Amino acid sequence: MKPAPFKYHAPQSLTELVDLMAELEDAKILAGGQSLMPMMNMRFVAPDDVVDINGVSELSFIERANGSLRIGAMTRQKDLLASPEVKDAAPVMREALCHVGHLQTRNRGTIGGSLCHLDPSAELPAIASLYGATLTVAGREGQREVPMEEWVLAYMMPSIAPEEVLVSLSLPVWLAGHGYAYTEFARRHGDFAITGVGALVELSEGVITKAALTVAGADVKPTRLTDVEQSLAGQPANEETFKAAGAEARKIDAMSDTYVSAAYRQRLADTLVQRALATAADRAVGGE
Amino acid sequence: MGVRQTGAEVQRGEDQALLTGRGQYVDDLKLLGMLHGAYLRSPHAHAVIKSIDTSAAESLPGVHAVFTYRDLEEPVNGRQVQPYPNPLIAQDITQYPLAKDEVCYVGEAVAFVVADTRHIAEDALPLIQVDYETLPPIVRLREAMDDDAPRAHKDSPDNLIAQLNITYGDVEPTFAKADHVFKAEFLQHRGGCHAMEGRGVVAQYDAFSDEFTIWSATQCPYLVRRCLATQFDLPESRIRVIAPDVGGGFGPKAGFYVEEIITPWAARKLGRPIKWIEDRKEHFTTTNTQRDTWWELEVAATSKGRIEAIRGRLVNDNGAYVPYGILLPFTMMASFPGPYKILALDLTQDVVFTNTVSNSPVRGAGRPNAAYAIERMIELVSRKLGIDTAEVRRRNFVEKTDFPYQTGLIHFNGRAMTYDSGDYHSLLEKALELADYDGFTARQEEARKDGRYLGIGVSSCVEDTGMGPYEGVTIRVDPKGKIYVSSGAASQGQGHKTVLRQIIADELGVGLDDIHVDIGDTGKFPQGVGTIGSRVGVNIGTAAFGAAAEIREKALALAAEILETDIGNLVFEDGLIRDKGRSNITISLGEIALKLAPMAGAVVPAGHTASLEATSFDASKGPPHASGTNVCELEVDIGTGEVKLLNYCVAHDCGKKINPLIVEGQIVGGVVHGIGNALFEEMIYDDSGQPQNVNYGEYLLPLATEMPPINIVHQETPSPLNPLGLKGAGEGGTIPAANAVIAAIENALRDFDVTIDRYPVTPEYLCNLIDANQT
Amino acid sequence: MADTREITLTVNGKSYTETVETRFNLADILREKLNLTGTHVGCEHGACGACTVLVDGEAVRSCLMLGVQANGKEITTIEGLADGDQLNPLQAAFRKHHGLQCGFCTPGFLTTLTAYLQDNPDPSEEEIREAVSGNICRCTGYQGIVAAALDAAAQMRAR
Repeated sequence: MKPAPFKYHAPQSLTELVDLMAELEDAKILAGGQSLMPMMNMRFVAPDDVVDINGVSELSFIERANGSLRIGAMTRQKDLLASPEVKDAAPVMREALCHVGHLQTRNRGTIGGSLCHLDPSAELPAIASLYGATLTVAGREGQREVPMEEWVLAYMMPSIAPEEVLVSLSLPVWLAGHGYAYTEFARRHGDFAITGVGALVELSEGVITKAALTVAGADVKPTRLTDVEQSLAGQPANEETFKAAGAEARKIDAMSDTYVSAAYRQRLADTLVQRALATAADRAVGGE
Repeated sequence: MGVRQTGAEVQRGEDQALLTGRGQYVDDLKLLGMLHGAYLRSPHAHAVIKSIDTSAAESLPGVHAVFTYRDLEEPVNGRQVQPYPNPLIAQDITQYPLAKDEVCYVGEAVAFVVADTRHIAEDALPLIQVDYETLPPIVRLREAMDDDAPRAHKDSPDNLIAQLNITYGDVEPTFAKADHVFKAEFLQHRGGCHAMEGRGVVAQYDAFSDEFTIWSATQCPYLVRRCLATQFDLPESRIRVIAPDVGGGFGPKAGFYVEEIITPWAARKLGRPIKWIEDRKEHFTTTNTQRDTWWELEVAATSKGRIEAIRGRLVNDNGAYVPYGILLPFTMMASFPGPYKILALDLTQDVVFTNTVSNSPVRGAGRPNAAYAIERMIELVSRKLGIDTAEVRRRNFVEKTDFPYQTGLIHFNGRAMTYDSGDYHSLLEKALELADYDGFTARQEEARKDGRYLGIGVSSCVEDTGMGPYEGVTIRVDPKGKIYVSSGAASQGQGHKTVLRQIIADELGVGLDDIHVDIGDTGKFPQGVGTIGSRVGVNIGTAAFGAAAEIREKALALAAEILETDIGNLVFEDGLIRDKGRSNITISLGEIALKLAPMAGAVVPAGHTASLEATSFDASKGPPHASGTNVCELEVDIGTGEVKLLNYCVAHDCGKKINPLIVEGQIVGGVVHGIGNALFEEMIYDDSGQPQNVNYGEYLLPLATEMPPINIVHQETPSPLNPLGLKGAGEGGTIPAANAVIAAIENALRDFDVTIDRYPVTPEYLCNLIDANQT
Repeated sequence: MADTREITLTVNGKSYTETVETRFNLADILREKLNLTGTHVGCEHGACGACTVLVDGEAVRSCLMLGVQANGKEITTIEGLADGDQLNPLQAAFRKHHGLQCGFCTPGFLTTLTAYLQDNPDPSEEEIREAVSGNICRCTGYQGIVAAALDAAAQMRAR
């Protein structure tokens, strides 16, 4: 399982990278390598050019400013996991990261890589969806912003042109004391989840004032349950409410594959939405 | 006085090298001028090859040669040798070393590229133009015997490899007057090998000495040598097969593979050493596995839960070829009764072809299949009659006064299957106590209050081990008193070298570090058999004991003369032979060795033979039978179908243990393998015979995070069949594991009246069963 | 013509400068170019962990990293763990608790645990199992490995 030959490039700046991507016709970006390298080793992909962006250090940052958390695309998953800013501003991301791969993969894997690879059950795209994050993409013409709802074009296909590069994402920080949970079901620790659910809630005197819910792994892209979110607002944070939300979640579009049916994914969405909401409500300040 | 090594938890001598990165696995070998090979493999489950054009591949820079079937001469170009011929095999079809005109499974070897690097060899593969005409494949086990089923081999009359039958006792009359007759049908699936090291071959042909030297990641170097001798029509003496450090075997590395033919053949053809290392994708598609078996069984039982007779049939998928005879199907049936007294039995097995990779034994070699089946009968009786599953076992076990116990069946060695010793009742009690079985009901009820579903499952087995004919050992003492040991036994992690050193240290009164052991090399030991079926420890232990006894006798005879004392006064201690009565009177083992192997002009003492050495092929007089009872406690999450293993207890009896550390390692590793079968491992094919999950993201091996604590209690019923009382320990953890897990799941989901009819069990499968029974 | 680069890397404290083909991964370089065959290749798709080495102190799957990406880095492999012939506490614990059988996965477990215990000197059993969930062992069933890791952690804390 050795890769086909390629020409290797290692740009050291974003400008150099963007220029290179504009020139090359059949190039793949090598970030963490945890998804690309297996595919190359198996010869599922055989690009003429491999562009190693590990030297573009300006793409690696975590910044909190103006109510947002901005993260550079080359920020490693292990750095996100260890980051006090992430822990404080977006604790649900930290919880999700505990499920991402293994020690070794997180040491190399990047948030940008995950957002561009777009495995349907991947946790970081789910988090981006949960927050309604904004992604910044750079090309020869400059930078443009893409809301997460528009990011997933199709199965494992981001809305990015071959010569463009994902630079960063930005997510709005929720109020201190918000409740959060990321829960997923995978066959083994670190496996791609069959289905995962991210939840954010704000409570006031035991009543849900704001909620965000995303299901990962059911469909080709993370599914924001906007209808359920709306119906949760004003509801008491109790088992009955969570059960109702779960029953609604069960109706989402889901895929079938060799291993798992759509119906089972929907069943999991139901169970996990209930559990995620319960945990999030438990953690929120402003419960009864 | 030295510490007794046999029976002690001696740390392995093998570990120093392995822990410091100085193991020597086949891929670590580098020979001068060595080239690298890659096999082009069939992308189709069934097809005819119309033509092959290798010209583009041959012109790729760095490629030295591309070989196909037409390049092979006789007799190499014959179908690969059948290592285990048997008249019961109706269609003994083995693979051609490279496909001749028909390919019968995805992965079958079609061409061999030799290049400067593996990278370049892989670059050449897609350049080989093969014109295939696809044929309909037979993929599903249960369709293989249909009249209109596609034939796995296009010119075959049908897909039947062999039909086997075992029968004894008055089956029909017993069923006719039984209190109760219960039925069950179920599917079992065992999965693949997945040693962390795949297969691999480094081959060298020395034209000067007309000798092949072949390193292969094999469990059976002597089997490979013998088969190659036939395949190449060469004397065995011209073929040396070496098993270097091997990274796990588990059964599939015990066979004979086409790469072991072609790689050496090409090395001779090109006059260069060649290395071929199986990559993981090849491991999934070309290394033998053990997949589906379908059972339909009926059990006749008394109202008290005593099983009187069993009858039924099974269909067993053997894959595309018959590379390992019918050893696996045979063993599956021969071990069926397990630890139970089944007085009447009739089973028929159809062994069938499908267009998938061939099946041969995977850890347990059919015994896990049989154990699961008989345990299903126990569970059935238990559930239908409302008798606790442990109690049903007690009422049906062979009694400890019954030994030696003949089951009524024949062992693979042709003799009556005879259990030598054991105490299954006591073993059961030990397991139940260790698992706090009596306290379980309370635990289950407590958990139910929190909406949690706990379950417990019991499973018992017997394992015939130590199969003959032998696994010989040579011991030789040198003039410094250092001991050289050689054996054909090959090791893939079982610590055979350490085991040999322990026994010999005790018998000859020397230190562990004074003993050097070579194993697994046909050039260093004349005859051998192979590491399969938990047979090596028993047989090398017996042979080492025998060889050491000969050395003792020889050394004592000369020492008594020299020291002018009676043999009865002499003891072996710290490398010396000492007169018990006069403790300062000693002679070293080395001095004795020197006297028996002097240089030119000297004389070997009269009445004594040269060289202080002995070779013994002493073996266990028959297969010793190990036994075990496993108890598994788990929790089922009815929201997701997830099974969480909480606690696993094993009561294990492998007779006398040479090294308890090694025994425990085998048990724990074996249990995890069995858990993998029950919950995780499944090879999935689509309808065209394409394997679907050929990577470790989608084919699930057990990881550390999902494994429960595995607690072990030992029992020792020594075997009367060999002087050290040994029984094998390599597979006893795996054999009963599946039912322990499956029965525990059924127990957890009792409220939903769940009966599981297949394994591995997936969470979705459980959710469907739960949902179907929700009231 | 093969695409090559010259790289300089430090492995187990020793500096190497080699011209390597860019498509060779780090495991290939260690094993083929530098003759350090202690790092093993088990799957080549980032699942089994046998190829794990330390890159600037972090556990990394060397089959998923190009050799050229190791330029300028400090690599530690299994060959660099012991002090001459003296096993370090982790290695000694593996031997004591029978945490290896065939030894093929062992290099990956040792490097992974070396990095992990450095950052987490007092782990629970559950944490150790999680830490090695990216390493597959087919022989031991993991129990001996976990026991060894707990013992080694205790030994190292005591120092």
